[in-house]
Amino acid sequence: MMSSLIRGRAAALLALVATTACAGTLAVGQSSAPAPAAGPASPRAATSATASRPAANPADVQFVSGMISHHAQALVMAGWAPSHGASPAVATLAERILAGQKDEIVTMQTWMRDHGLPVPEAKPGPMTMTMNGMTHQMLMPGMLTDDQMKALDAARGREFDRLFLTFMIQHHTGAVTMVQDLFGTNGAAQEQSIYKLASDVSADQTTEIERMQRMLAPYLQK
Amino acid sequence: MAFDLSASRAARAAAGRHAAPLLLAGLSLISACAQSTGATSGGPAPSTGAMSAQAPSPDPRVGLRAGLMDAGEAAWNLRVVSKTPPSEKFLGGINSDLAFTKNYVIQGSFNGYQVWDISNPRSPALRTAYYCPASQSDVSVYKNLLFVSGEDLTARIDCGAGGVPEAVSKDRLRGIRIFDITDIAHPRNVGNVQTCRGSHTHTVLVDPKDSANVYVYISGSSQVRSEQELPGCVAATPDKDPNSALFRIEVIKVPVAHPEQAAIVSSPRIFQDLVAPARHGESPVDLAAAKRRADSARAVGGFIAKIQGEDVVLGNGFVKTRIDSIVKSRGGTTATAADSTALRTALPSIIAALVGPEAKAGVPQPGPTQCHDITVYPAIGLAGGACGGYGLLLDIRDPAHPTRIGAAADSNFSYWHSATFNNDGTKILFSDEWGGGMQPKCRTTDKPEWGADAIFTLVNGKMEFQSYYKLPAPQTSSENCVAHNGSLIPIPGRDVMVQAWYQGGISLFDWTDAAHPKEIGYHDRGPVDASKLSLGGSWSVYWYNGLIVSSEIQRGLDIFELVPSAFISQNEIDAAKTVHLDYLNTQGQPHIAWPPSFALARAYADQLARNDGLAPARLTAVRQALSSAESASGAQRKSALTQLASQLDSDVGSASDKVKVRMLEGAVRDLATITQ
Repeated sequence: MMSSLIRGRAAALLALVATTACAGTLAVGQSSAPAPAAGPASPRAATSATASRPAANPADVQFVSGMISHHAQALVMAGWAPSHGASPAVATLAERILAGQKDEIVTMQTWMRDHGLPVPEAKPGPMTMTMNGMTHQMLMPGMLTDDQMKALDAARGREFDRLFLTFMIQHHTGAVTMVQDLFGTNGAAQEQSIYKLASDVSADQTTEIERMQRMLAPYLQK
Repeated sequence: MAFDLSASRAARAAAGRHAAPLLLAGLSLISACAQSTGATSGGPAPSTGAMSAQAPSPDPRVGLRAGLMDAGEAAWNLRVVSKTPPSEKFLGGINSDLAFTKNYVIQGSFNGYQVWDISNPRSPALRTAYYCPASQSDVSVYKNLLFVSGEDLTARIDCGAGGVPEAVSKDRLRGIRIFDITDIAHPRNVGNVQTCRGSHTHTVLVDPKDSANVYVYISGSSQVRSEQELPGCVAATPDKDPNSALFRIEVIKVPVAHPEQAAIVSSPRIFQDLVAPARHGESPVDLAAAKRRADSARAVGGFIAKIQGEDVVLGNGFVKTRIDSIVKSRGGTTATAADSTALRTALPSIIAALVGPEAKAGVPQPGPTQCHDITVYPAIGLAGGACGGYGLLLDIRDPAHPTRIGAAADSNFSYWHSATFNNDGTKILFSDEWGGGMQPKCRTTDKPEWGADAIFTLVNGKMEFQSYYKLPAPQTSSENCVAHNGSLIPIPGRDVMVQAWYQGGISLFDWTDAAHPKEIGYHDRGPVDASKLSLGGSWSVYWYNGLIVSSEIQRGLDIFELVPSAFISQNEIDAAKTVHLDYLNTQGQPHIAWPPSFALARAYADQLARNDGLAPARLTAVRQALSSAESASGAQRKSALTQLASQLDSDVGSASDKVKVRMLEGAVRDLATITQ
């Protein structure tokens, strides 16, 4: 399971390996904030609704933290649609992504708070991960590189549509990968709230990928 | 306005019901009306009058007090019969779907399931609280068998509480558990069927031609599990491995006498060759033009890609970018013929990466790989499949081999969740569970066509979109709210449904006019927690033998009953209550047949009054004739009813609602037939 936990598909990812085995020294945080220590005792509390259930494990915490920054990038991308001349169909899609992922970020932040963990801000940057005293910067799977973000921000109209769909397919595919990796990790997703959140992300985004693939086809003609 | 019914007309309708003195009828009407007004606690008082066809305004669902067990409540045209908190082991769990058998309701929970005896609906009695954790514990019954879905990673074969921490484990149950509930207080686990993606929901299909077996369709959109955990589970797509667990559903055949022999008998690929439905496609003229463009481009060496079955000429910008990258990768500066050839070779995989693989037999197109839920309606041989980005219409006359006969997609739909047919099978309603049920999608900022129902008419097996229906009361950001599970209410001659909207409460609506669905009743609570979204609300609400039963995620089991209103008369409620089911799985939709009754005839008369379908003087005479027939007996009653039926036959010509007059005539004739 080691190499698959944070497996990325986008080209410019810094591949980095983390497993539950190194959970004792694994810290997760946003690049802009000091990395909080999340030792073996954390998450401190199981949710009240699942008191009889196994508590979340570090892979769950990392999934939630990572997905917050992953979603945050989708918000930036989708937020450009109105100002970048997106077609009505793409603008509608972007609006739905904006609304959907904004709500999910709140859910994930609430989950962190409920577990007594530091609540990551919704910022799209790379995650800072500290392992065995070494600090690494990494993008979650499917996240756009700075160059890709610049290209999207520079595009207008039809070209924005094409790039938006291409990049958002990549972005969503990464989210689905994150869920697959979570479910393939020992001890992960034993808490119902995480299982449901991850399943919803996977189901919604898989469906949206299919829709975007259909939408993208006509843009390859120019 | 289809429901412009004045109070005086309602009073006339009520007065005509019995031969009893008008005064008495008037009194009963008043007491009924008192309960039909919007009743609230903890919210602003409604300003509507009794029997008003106007919904209470301002909407009392707005601003209800928060609380787990003491939240403010608002109700309109529904009365709370009982509210029963979960039993001890199920407190703090997540209640899910419902199934019914005899006088019992079986309530699924992520902790297992509870069986309630609702013989006395004012005080449901717990028969068993069966602890056996799994999500979502979707439940169905057939005779002495109970089926329970398991999908998540923690469900244990031994029903234990420890979860299954190992990514691969022989202890895990993902699929269907089968219980013998002959002694309902002591269920026995008589078999399990494991599936590759687990069972998010399932559908019990009773084959009218096969009484020895019952079929279970498994729906589940989760990841395919490891082959090491369950041999034969292949996560690769069907073009890479024909045994793929994707792009199919599972059909389990359960021998009723030997449920332990239940096994998967087929895995129909109902998504095969699914292409975007016609309403999003090109016209024949466009297709012909596209072919001409492709042919002429091909003649001059252009780059053509097959995209969704269509030859598409790739644009210069697209081609140039790819050629440049090939040139760059070999360290060159100018493109050569070899670079073009390299691009032609690589093109199918480049296109496949962007928009999915080329359409050919056995190769899946972008589209759903599973269904969330399938509702079968055996009486008409059809099923509605809510599958990812599509609503599918399936032919299920061969239960083990369902085939797709129609598909709809909708850019306003995020995730097709479930389906309900109307009783005639002329309409189908799909719900969109945008956000998966954990998100607040009913705020004023959320669009009315998002996270809603979509209503289609069914004409010659084709689905035609008519309208959206969404809970009309705005909810707070602390309330998860989106379209969820509901069922028909058997009001004869109309399509009326009650539906759960999580913390949006339950909504009663009429979709007889498919283009103009309208809310006619509701019940709602304030949020579980005002400060943050705490998962709660009604997961499912179904009509069962006169009661409206709701599974509240945190608060337990709620039971309601209809109260008469401008929209639903007492006669219509009485007629609905004549329908008796021995059991109910909402995903196995029963065909409703109304036994002959005076209530049925009067219900049609009330509907004719409501829509001015028959002249008022004639309706008065019809009601008088029904009353005197009811007070008569034997040959006298038979003769009176036969005479009334003949009169109604001659009324048809001048009636503005001929169809309904015919239905009334039929109801009267049936009454005459059964009169000895």
